Amino acid sequence: MPIAIAFDSGGNAATEPWIKAAKPTYPCLIDRRHVVAELYDMVNVPTAVWIDERGKIVRPSEPAGVTDAFRKMNRTNFSIPTDAMAELQAKRKAYQDALRDWVANGSKSKFALSEAEVLRRMHTPDDNQVRAAANFRLGEYLFEQGHASAAQKYFEEAKRLRPESWNYKRQAWALEDPMKPGGPEFWAAVDSLGDGKYYPGAEDI
Amino acid sequence: MAVDIIYGERVTHGVEADADAKGAALWLKAADFERVSGWTHKTEGFCRGDVCVPVPASRNAEFVRGGSYNLAALAGLLGQPMVVDAENHAYCFGEAAAERKRVLTSLDAPDFTLPDLGGRMHSLSDYRGKKVFVVSWASW
Repeated sequence: MPIAIAFDSGGNAATEPWIKAAKPTYPCLIDRRHVVAELYDMVNVPTAVWIDERGKIVRPSEPAGVTDAFRKMNRTNFSIPTDAMAELQAKRKAYQDALRDWVANGSKSKFALSEAEVLRRMHTPDDNQVRAAANFRLGEYLFEQGHASAAQKYFEEAKRLRPESWNYKRQAWALEDPMKPGGPEFWAAVDSLGDGKYYPGAEDI
Repeated sequence: MAVDIIYGERVTHGVEADADAKGAALWLKAADFERVSGWTHKTEGFCRGDVCVPVPASRNAEFVRGGSYNLAALAGLLGQPMVVDAENHAYCFGEAAAERKRVLTSLDAPDFTLPDLGGRMHSLSDYRGKKVFVVSWASW
């Protein structure tokens, strides 16, 4: 059973057009406060977790069938070079194949990881992480209460404490200006990764 | 002074509190303390559900004053982050890192309950017995 979670403080207004267009046959839930991101340590989208019939995590948070190919995008006309596009499509297919293999074979699937491997891949929460989450939550609350500029102060602190979270950056930008998550600040932040990955862990499938 | 308190999933508006300017203390009357946080004060310490946390006897005055309790001090004892917006009188208490770690490393998928577009609530636990693929996305 797929469950799609929208990390969107904009709620229904922000998500409805996308969900309607997708005509989903599975639950599409709206997570205004990024609760699931905190529970499962998700720092970007699309990120997925696999949970078996007993409610056990068999693959922890990881990028779901995406790569850094978009970084080769032409930023004027938004076209992606053919080789980068092919790489992205191959990754998407490999990920979907892995998911189907798990659905068919359960714990016998090589993509259902052992407990030790799940633990090895997990980032364990630390003080910075929970402090960042509390700052983000306060920012989101203040925004909801109509204190948009006060909110940004706490979003800034969340971003500072958790620089790896693209969810914090892009959500905070989106609340300032809907165009900002794909604007110059975004590309500057992506470029500052250098050899680092936007989607670390995507290489695992 | 009336404050707003975000305590995990609970949000309580306009709680009468005695707070110091630096945010190091947030004294609430017993009934408000329980309503806001779910914790009650007993002889064995602060309790919620099956869990009781003892208060070191030498530090009792930091936590208990007449019929009031200090939620900021309890957060410190539990290792919970507390973030304060003094201007808007808003207090936000997060989960302790140790508790997050305990939950996540148990490998039991933590439950959540969220609405769909129509406002119908769904919990992860509704789907126990099936494989679940939880995938995130965003409009931004």
